[in-house]
Amino acid sequence: MMKQKEANPREPIFHIVKRDAIVWWKAWLIRAAAIVAALLVSAVLTVFLTGENPLDVFSSLIDGAIGTSRRFWFLIQNTAMLLCVALAVTPAFKMKFWNIGAEGQALIGGMATAACMIQLGDKLPYGVLLPLMFIASVLAGSIWALIPALFKAKWNTNETLFTLMMNYIAIQIVSFFASEWAVPKGSGKIGVINGDTQAGWLPVIGNQKYLLSVITVAVITVIMYIYLKYSKQGYEISVVGESQNTARYVGISVKKVIIRTMIISGAICGIAGFLLVAGADHTITRDTVAGRGFTAIMVSWLAKFNPLYMVLTSLLIVFLERGAVQISTSCGLNDSFSEIITGIIIFFIIGCEFFLNYSIKFRDKEADKQ
Amino acid sequence: MAEKTAIELRNITKTFGEVVANKDISLTVNRGEILSVLGENGSGKTTLMNILSGIYFPDHGQIFIDGEEVVIRSPKDAFKYKIGMIHQHFKLVDVFSATENIVLGLKEKGRYNIKDAAKRVKEISERYGFEIDPFKRIHEMSVSEKQTVEIIKVLYRGADILILDEPTAVLTPQETQKLFAVLRRMKEDGKAIIIITHKLHEVLSLSDRVAVLRKGEYVGTVITSQTNESSLTEMMVGAKISLNIERSEPVNTEDRLTVKNLNCVNREGVKILNDISFTARSGEILGIAGIAGSGQRELLESIAGLQKVDEGEILYNNPKTGLQDNLRDKTPMQIRELGVRLSFVPEDRLGMGLVGNMDIIDNMMLRSYKKGKSVFLERKAPKDLAEHIIADLEVVTPGATTPVRRLSGGNVQKVLVGREIAASPTVLMAAYPVRGLDINSSYTIYNLLNAQKKKGVAVIFVGEDLDVLIELCDRIMVIGSGSVTGIVDGKTATKEEIGLLMTKSVKSGRGEDAV
Amino acid sequence: MIATFIHRAVMQGIPLLFGSTGEIITEKSGNLNLGIPGIMYVGGISGVIGAFLYEHNLAGDPNPFLIIAIPLLSSLLGSLVMGLIYCFLTVTLRANQNVTGLALTTFGVGIGNFFGGSLIKLVDTDMPSITLSKTSSYFSKTFPFADNLGWFGEIFLSYSFLAYSAIIIALLASYIIKNTRAGLNLRAVGENPATADAAGINVNRYKYFATCIGSMVAGLGGLYYVMDYACGIWSNDAFGDRGWLAIALVIFAVWRPNISIIGSILFGGLFIIHNYFENLGMSAQELFKMAPYIVTLIVLIIVSMRNKKENQPPESLGLSYFREER
Repeated sequence: MMKQKEANPREPIFHIVKRDAIVWWKAWLIRAAAIVAALLVSAVLTVFLTGENPLDVFSSLIDGAIGTSRRFWFLIQNTAMLLCVALAVTPAFKMKFWNIGAEGQALIGGMATAACMIQLGDKLPYGVLLPLMFIASVLAGSIWALIPALFKAKWNTNETLFTLMMNYIAIQIVSFFASEWAVPKGSGKIGVINGDTQAGWLPVIGNQKYLLSVITVAVITVIMYIYLKYSKQGYEISVVGESQNTARYVGISVKKVIIRTMIISGAICGIAGFLLVAGADHTITRDTVAGRGFTAIMVSWLAKFNPLYMVLTSLLIVFLERGAVQISTSCGLNDSFSEIITGIIIFFIIGCEFFLNYSIKFRDKEADKQ
Repeated sequence: MAEKTAIELRNITKTFGEVVANKDISLTVNRGEILSVLGENGSGKTTLMNILSGIYFPDHGQIFIDGEEVVIRSPKDAFKYKIGMIHQHFKLVDVFSATENIVLGLKEKGRYNIKDAAKRVKEISERYGFEIDPFKRIHEMSVSEKQTVEIIKVLYRGADILILDEPTAVLTPQETQKLFAVLRRMKEDGKAIIIITHKLHEVLSLSDRVAVLRKGEYVGTVITSQTNESSLTEMMVGAKISLNIERSEPVNTEDRLTVKNLNCVNREGVKILNDISFTARSGEILGIAGIAGSGQRELLESIAGLQKVDEGEILYNNPKTGLQDNLRDKTPMQIRELGVRLSFVPEDRLGMGLVGNMDIIDNMMLRSYKKGKSVFLERKAPKDLAEHIIADLEVVTPGATTPVRRLSGGNVQKVLVGREIAASPTVLMAAYPVRGLDINSSYTIYNLLNAQKKKGVAVIFVGEDLDVLIELCDRIMVIGSGSVTGIVDGKTATKEEIGLLMTKSVKSGRGEDAV
Repeated sequence: MIATFIHRAVMQGIPLLFGSTGEIITEKSGNLNLGIPGIMYVGGISGVIGAFLYEHNLAGDPNPFLIIAIPLLSSLLGSLVMGLIYCFLTVTLRANQNVTGLALTTFGVGIGNFFGGSLIKLVDTDMPSITLSKTSSYFSKTFPFADNLGWFGEIFLSYSFLAYSAIIIALLASYIIKNTRAGLNLRAVGENPATADAAGINVNRYKYFATCIGSMVAGLGGLYYVMDYACGIWSNDAFGDRGWLAIALVIFAVWRPNISIIGSILFGGLFIIHNYFENLGMSAQELFKMAPYIVTLIVLIIVSMRNKKENQPPESLGLSYFREER
């Protein structure tokens, strides 16, 4: 049994071990490092494509995001809208209900708002119209989320695929109405609704078109944080998400929680649609939600489903998006450049999660010698 | 006999986070012998064998096969050294047929042909006397059929070092005998066999040598013919302990829970409970004995409102109102709303009784969060309760805000039992409450149950260790294949008597899946 | 007219067939790759870049081999890189599959439109598109005698080699998944990776291989769309939501590539059927475009209601595997 150590060249150099917990500052350090690395890669890519000085690239990034007051407000509004959709998907995700149908839920909510504005804009006084639009959007969004939830609860139908399909049905419904109510007829576009009367437009407060939307989303953020962390319903969501067996054991009706939570999720999506149509665009197209339903999933997941962190993650993504748009304009690239940058950043952030959950152990050569 | 060493393990250490599962373990197995690895639940047996079969990689230590040092980095490496493991939890693909599972991962010469493979499977099973349909799908099979597939899988691969992880836990005595016969035949073939178990009589009747582990550490190896039950027990549990569990005389007993003609069918349509009737009395511990998967879990779950009942009644005599309530077809929430104080310590602690990722405080709330009219949670009382339980039951934890997933098995169970008892129940049901616990924690649990009994609670205790059942319980109900095969007095019952009852009605309806 | 309809349905269906076959291969390994729409964009644009570089540096007549091989290889390479990114993140780094897939789609569509846009700028035309007519003429070559065989020729013979390869790949994938050792191992990885691992199968390698091959197959869908269906014209966002439709088709085909062949033609037919109703308003057309999604939903619901084990998604679909998890 006096075998030589070196007779064994196949000894693995390292293996991967699950971490128990990680100190908070280390976690943030790893995340920060990932973002920095992602920015470096993006910068290298930009320089490679444009030949610009990297510092210029970064300055136009910042310039694009917050360079002017208009850009700044645009940034804030975009963040708020993305955050709103992210808040909507969060309770569902916490329940491990993979709702990737926020795009459709928000769009159908926006559709309801637009429908009210078009059909009732000249019939109802402003004070009645606006609440009605709001309620219609909330209802539409909830119904759109309720359908997959019912099937999930009853037959355990795969919700990821179901909600995905619902997105495209919503998109086609909007396309249908956009064509039906097109102005001018045959253009396939609705155009600005009630441009002359501004009926159903969200009021401008403090001279800022977007301020009311931003405040609304801020309020929802706080409510959602409290709801998830301190309410009984939020607790039920966590239990169902962690273990359906435990939920049954303590007498939580899993079906009821799934349905209730999805209604909430859809309702907030509906609000997002309402804010987009009544507060910003004043029209509806199939692209009104602009992929936020999907980006929101990443925002929510990156923030570990914590509404307060989501403010940061959504801001980060929108900041980069707006900045990248500016880079592409100033460097003569096209707008899609921002999508590439966003993709790279997200890849890095999701990749770095690995180092938060696992650690790599190298084989301890010294200890093996004996 | 010229003994040839098949495997030697030297100084194997493996840790999971802060838990040391194996510490500096060394042992050897010879060809043509059956080695039992004996140890209590949680002593590190399975971890050690998983290292041998390439599932885990050790932190330290060396493995020698036929005197050569080897590195087993993956199950594939293990196959290369002809090590085959039959896991306690079957590693089978549900939607595959028996043959597909058996040939899975093989690199045979020639074209892949499932029919030829099925023929070979048939040959092997005939040689050893197994009965198996090579084309039957796993999800349509019973537990023992699944195990047969696992064993044929290893034989098909021509393994000559076999590891069996608690193979008899799910088998009837007849099936066990059949299995042992097969193992002996393999031993005569010159194969090295390692069998993991904690059943002493099996160790004594089957193996040539016994290696004993205790709390992840290697205690020693003895030759079976030179040892006996009590000295093995001593090695297993350390210093000799008397199993003296206190048992007080039941006082003021009255019928608390009466189950009448309970019948139920599981999701696959297999009858799992067959006409069960019994009464649990206050101030008394009623034990339930039986082979694993005989319907114990379904019985407790139907009382707790978690299992659909097809026939029968579950009657609760409410000591406060003096009224009788039927709990059948009620949800756990409705049962609680009736004022029935029913506590339940389920078998699956982290999967059902507790939420692993939540901290101790939030786990305390599971039972009580609904209290009060407010829409918000009240965390003060649960926090007090958590601290109270940590102090009283000596739960080892960094604090009340530690996720329970990070606690050791015994501490997890203390948290769970502590919470269930805190609800001051009138009926307390506990399924395998000491499984995987060390001796000290086990006694803590026995004492807690006894204290509840003295308070006048009707305690229902499902156990697997007959010695414990006999010493702890006032009456023991034995179930076999979903039927009551007898109710005996704990003071007078013998292990043999209960053992016989356990296997009595096994003839009918065996083949149910223990899921 | 029916022959023409079928012909056009097939033309519409082929990109979906590529996409769904690729996604089925991927999902069989337990990876739910929602990045397929992005990968198809990348497959398309990579082919376009290859073709563009070749066509624009061409002096005389194109070499018939190179003009096919260059776009084909660059398309495969592009989608392979996308597959590798997905695998590295979800398999090696065990990231969440849904999030990674969605990010990959954002990224892929971005790549497609970015390079598309840049090339368009480079050609400096008034049109918002690039035309690669030479490459396309090679890619859309059909059987020379198809025109002489009437309806038979139109239905069965009037397609390019890529279309036939889509069907062959789907059949081949079906055969491999069902009848070979590699297929058995692959299915085991997707159903129960712990079991596959214990059986000595290299789970990660299978996941990598299946996902990368799946990505390359799906990417061909993008290439076919530009070079054959769209006659070599790339314009941004023209590919639309076909990638998601391909994922829908996976469900419709209950994870069987051979059913996917029929399904893709059906979906293709549903996609264009509105053209065959007279006096259909523009808005009603939009409603008709909903049909494939609704049909998919119905299939999804029926499959879940019948709850037959054989028709369910792979059991560990969407989950990462780590051997020492406990």
